[in-house]
Amino acid sequence: MANLNINGKTVQVDAAPDTPLLWALRDHLAMTGTKFGCGAALCGACTVHVDGKPTRSCVTPISAVDGKKVTTIEGLDGNRVAQAVQASWDRIQVPQCGYCQSGQVMAATALLTATPNPTDAQIESAMNGNICRCGTYGRVRVAIKEAAKKLGGAA
Amino acid sequence: MNAITRREFLKVSAVAGGGLIIGFRFGGGEALAQGAASQNMNAWVAIQPDGRVVLTCQRNEMGQDVHTSLAMLLAEELEVDPRSVKIVQAGADPVYINKLLGGQLTGGSTSIRDGWDTLRQAGAGARMMLASAAAAKWNVPVGDVRAENGVMTAGSNRATYGELAGDAAKQVLPKEIPLKPADKWKVIGKDLARLDGADKARGKTVFGIDYAQSGMLYAALAQCPVIGGKVASFVQTPVKRAGVHKVVNIGEGVAVIADHFWIARTALGDVKITWDEGPGAGVDSAGIWMKLQAAKGRDGFTAKKVGDVAAAAKKGKTIEATYMCQMLSHATLEPQNCMARVTPDGVDVWASTQFPQGAQGAAAAAAGVKPEQVRIWPQFIGGGFGRRLENDFIVQAVLIAKEMPGTPVKLIWMRPDDMQHDFYRPPSLHVLKGTVDGGRIVALSSKMVSPSITSRAFPPFVKDGNDPFMTEGLANFTYDIPNFELRTVIEEVGVRVGYWRSVSNALNSFATESFVDELARAAGRDPLMFRIAMLENMPAQRAVLERVAALSGYSATPGKGRGFGVASMECYDTHAALVCEVSGKGGKVKLERITVVADCGLAVHPDQAVAQLEGGIVTGLIGTLRSKITLKNGRVEQANFDTFTLPRMLDVPPIKVELITKGAKPAGLGEVGVPLVAPAVANAVFALTGKRIRSLPLEDGGASFA
Repeated sequence: MANLNINGKTVQVDAAPDTPLLWALRDHLAMTGTKFGCGAALCGACTVHVDGKPTRSCVTPISAVDGKKVTTIEGLDGNRVAQAVQASWDRIQVPQCGYCQSGQVMAATALLTATPNPTDAQIESAMNGNICRCGTYGRVRVAIKEAAKKLGGAA
Repeated sequence: MNAITRREFLKVSAVAGGGLIIGFRFGGGEALAQGAASQNMNAWVAIQPDGRVVLTCQRNEMGQDVHTSLAMLLAEELEVDPRSVKIVQAGADPVYINKLLGGQLTGGSTSIRDGWDTLRQAGAGARMMLASAAAAKWNVPVGDVRAENGVMTAGSNRATYGELAGDAAKQVLPKEIPLKPADKWKVIGKDLARLDGADKARGKTVFGIDYAQSGMLYAALAQCPVIGGKVASFVQTPVKRAGVHKVVNIGEGVAVIADHFWIARTALGDVKITWDEGPGAGVDSAGIWMKLQAAKGRDGFTAKKVGDVAAAAKKGKTIEATYMCQMLSHATLEPQNCMARVTPDGVDVWASTQFPQGAQGAAAAAAGVKPEQVRIWPQFIGGGFGRRLENDFIVQAVLIAKEMPGTPVKLIWMRPDDMQHDFYRPPSLHVLKGTVDGGRIVALSSKMVSPSITSRAFPPFVKDGNDPFMTEGLANFTYDIPNFELRTVIEEVGVRVGYWRSVSNALNSFATESFVDELARAAGRDPLMFRIAMLENMPAQRAVLERVAALSGYSATPGKGRGFGVASMECYDTHAALVCEVSGKGGKVKLERITVVADCGLAVHPDQAVAQLEGGIVTGLIGTLRSKITLKNGRVEQANFDTFTLPRMLDVPPIKVELITKGAKPAGLGEVGVPLVAPAVANAVFALTGKRIRSLPLEDGGASFA
């Protein structure tokens, strides 16, 4: 039995310590906003924040987040940066199939939290690990810039 | 067509009449569950007591915006705000058959074209029944009743659709259902936010892999590493793992059923399987290409013959070239998965599927029940691209669930299983021969050699060696060429091939649009002007080429270190032309910009029409730059996104899209962005480097992309 801190709440998960955080979230906690794409930290669909840092939950065992704060796409209420990102996603109409978008939003939120006014190169570096099979990259780029502007360049 | 006759509508409704009950029992369960007071106007429209309109959406949402754009068609005629329409996904039912494809499937860039009349008529018919009910209630002529934003009025009388729905459902449909003329449209052609967009940005959308029920179990499956192989025997080493329910042999693999997916997957490691790999074990890429090369000499099927190619060849300058395209995986980001429950009453299937009707048949066969005993519950799809026209994963889930009667069991594939058990875009060879004279092509012949998708997937459609999908991109050739010969040779090479977004359009267009460039050079002409000169009879095609040239800043002589490539075609009733601009630095080619212009008749939801082209172009880049599927000892050599790469943000240049929409009805767009990318990039690489690359991916032919 592991105690995890997910979205500000302590929850108990009855799973082996080597269980990836992704599957603990999805199967044990019924939080399916975090997606399974590759199982090998290659696509970014499973991105969550661990102590604020974007982390691939598919290769992160639950034992590795003991004592750390995990934030998922379901836990962004009250996060000013995330809400600006999502509002910008709505305005720019970023998603197509939407499967990668939780990961894109988590990565973009982490980027703008750490770097409120990112350059193109910083956006590319932060987002290049997130595959969008539908090809929404152009809109992701525009939406991040717009969110940065709305946030006033200082998160 | 602005009006349909009652007879025509009844033809649709006759199916609907039988299908209505079935449709709503099987497909619209959610609509029924909302309360018996919900009134069904027809197979598409139900109205809740609160006036909320529920659309049973006949096509599957996989990013291409059918939920919103089909709701817009309905809302236009029903006179409701499209943003208020609630979507329920249709199950398998004949009423929802795609008239352009003959089955209930989502593909072929047909959803809008097929739904254009159907959804507007469904909306108009329901509105007229509501108006009749209002007229009867108020004792006024129906002509005095006005419909607006979900409310009927006549003088001082006013009633919401919800208040009228009960009476309306009893009304007889009028003989004529006139549709609005274009100048009265309030919804079609106007942008609005996708109905599913906000949820998708918040992780709230339930994809097939997310769908859950209490009491469900999970399954992980070890499949034979060679497609088509079988389990010879297996031994479950005596490890007792908490949470494991059962280990089952389904023939093509061994599955572990457990409380949670990770337990199932881990427990699979305890199972030692001996495989009977079958004949597929001997297949490798070298052998595939030898077979295709050897088949080049066959005559094959003559799909089109105009004039005399051989005679014309004597009069001008003739060149020949062979092009090739490597196999590709669909690589949907949501791996294949399916939840099934088998009970004595029948089978329930919850899946991301593009083909509910096929899923129903396949699940029935696997369970040994009648198709009507199978209920399909299609979910949001995390990427389709043609992969989810296949039912292999649905059959597997049913076979596994059969071993746990009454319990919903969800099968999830790991990424390597997904990449190594796909139905791949076929490998293809294209033998081209062309003659130029007087600055234009006077003769062209093309022979495509490839395995046939359709002879596996829909065998009755292949007759006399003709797979009609193999001539896509050529049968619709736009240039005015007096002597033309088009042949296809089906050569099976032992790999399982499938429809991959834009199918043969992408294969043929890479070969011919590159070869047209070669012919332009042979004729000493600028490739753009060369094309335009052969389009006297195709003004729409000519217009998109001229517009894309202007928009992209196309130049045949842009100066050292830069190059432009152009490609053009008609597909899915849309005329499209695309320009790629590249630059060179340190031996690397950098994609600077891609510009596309498409004449799609009209765009129902313009912003998402643009999005389809943007995304189609990125999909086109997959097979263009560096990705391919290869086989060795019957095994696919690529397993994940490190070895089969998908374009990432850094790989994708700025994309500019412009639509031309002066037509009376919409054409297809879902696949149009894909096929022009490879030839335009290849032509740009030639313009930049002088090197003609005749194989995909282009890095195989010696290009190196920044």
